[in-house]
Amino acid sequence: MRLVTSDGGWNPYLGGALVGLLAIASAYATTKWLGKTAYLGASTTFVRAAGLAEKTIAAEHVSANEYFTKEKVRVDWQFMLVIGIFLGALAASLLDRSFKLEAVPPLWEQYFGPSIAKRAVAAFLGGAVAMLGARLADGCTSGNGLSGLMQLSLSGFVALAMFFGVGVATAKLVYRRAE
Amino acid sequence: MGTEHILGLVTGVIFGFLLQKGRVLRFDKQVGALLLKDMTIFKFMLSAIMVGMVGIYALQGMGAISLSHKSANLGGLLLGGALFGAGWAIMGFCPGTSLGAIGEGRWHAVFALLGMLVGAAIFAELYPVMKSTVLAWKDFGRLSLADVLGISPWAVIAAFWVVSIGMLAWFEKKGL
Repeated sequence: MRLVTSDGGWNPYLGGALVGLLAIASAYATTKWLGKTAYLGASTTFVRAAGLAEKTIAAEHVSANEYFTKEKVRVDWQFMLVIGIFLGALAASLLDRSFKLEAVPPLWEQYFGPSIAKRAVAAFLGGAVAMLGARLADGCTSGNGLSGLMQLSLSGFVALAMFFGVGVATAKLVYRRAE
Repeated sequence: MGTEHILGLVTGVIFGFLLQKGRVLRFDKQVGALLLKDMTIFKFMLSAIMVGMVGIYALQGMGAISLSHKSANLGGLLLGGALFGAGWAIMGFCPGTSLGAIGEGRWHAVFALLGMLVGAAIFAELYPVMKSTVLAWKDFGRLSLADVLGISPWAVIAAFWVVSIGMLAWFEKKGL
């Protein structure tokens, strides 16, 4: 088995195993330095970011909202983690020259053509629906999937089964024009 | 920036670096997995979980960290999980990977990001209604699969490894 794939990336088993080690180190480090074990996650940050954005135009509305109050609208550990994902991916892609400005994903284009507007509308609506779901399920592929399964959480197993089950069914329905 | 922020940022940079090197941030990889044509993200996720679960339970056994299970709220997980799955297939990114995808230049992920921010804002408005309906249906609480089955977590971990290795070997055999 090759450690480097044909496109210059790393073997997914290697990359995945390193993320496993990162999750362990991160659980240990957050417990030691922050006093509370934090697990990798991302979707709560979207609530906090939405709250911070809304605050600039309707501060009272945000402070009166039960959900924003519950999740605390502030830049916290996970918020910085999500910003870090952007920076880490930027650095990695510049270093191995896989950085590429792309307006429409190649696979999307095969099915729906090169229209940026079409892709933008679909991505926006898909994103809104997915985030509603992630908040209802109290976590996304990171929080419920990766971190939940590492802890053997019942919620993680149920969530991931639903994510993939409905994801596979939806993909089968949506991506079939070109075939 | 305090310790909390520096720690989060450093962890995130490494996470983003590894996700990019694993080539799992791309729309094509995510949708490819949901179309059952390219199992890269399954391989990546399963490897992370297999390694992570051993370390997490070892550290927890030594009292160095604590577990933090999410509540197994049946209505939230079934409806929320279904909505997430459907949205994910169309968007082609997860919340975390969308930021990484923008980082590697795939700027169309910005539309997914904006959609997710709006989705989060809508959920904040709907929360009181959800709390008294979908989320009020049945909550099993903060449980692990080992609690549910009444066996040692290490037995669950061993079973997870066996099933995962079987699945991964099958993917390799099929060239997925």
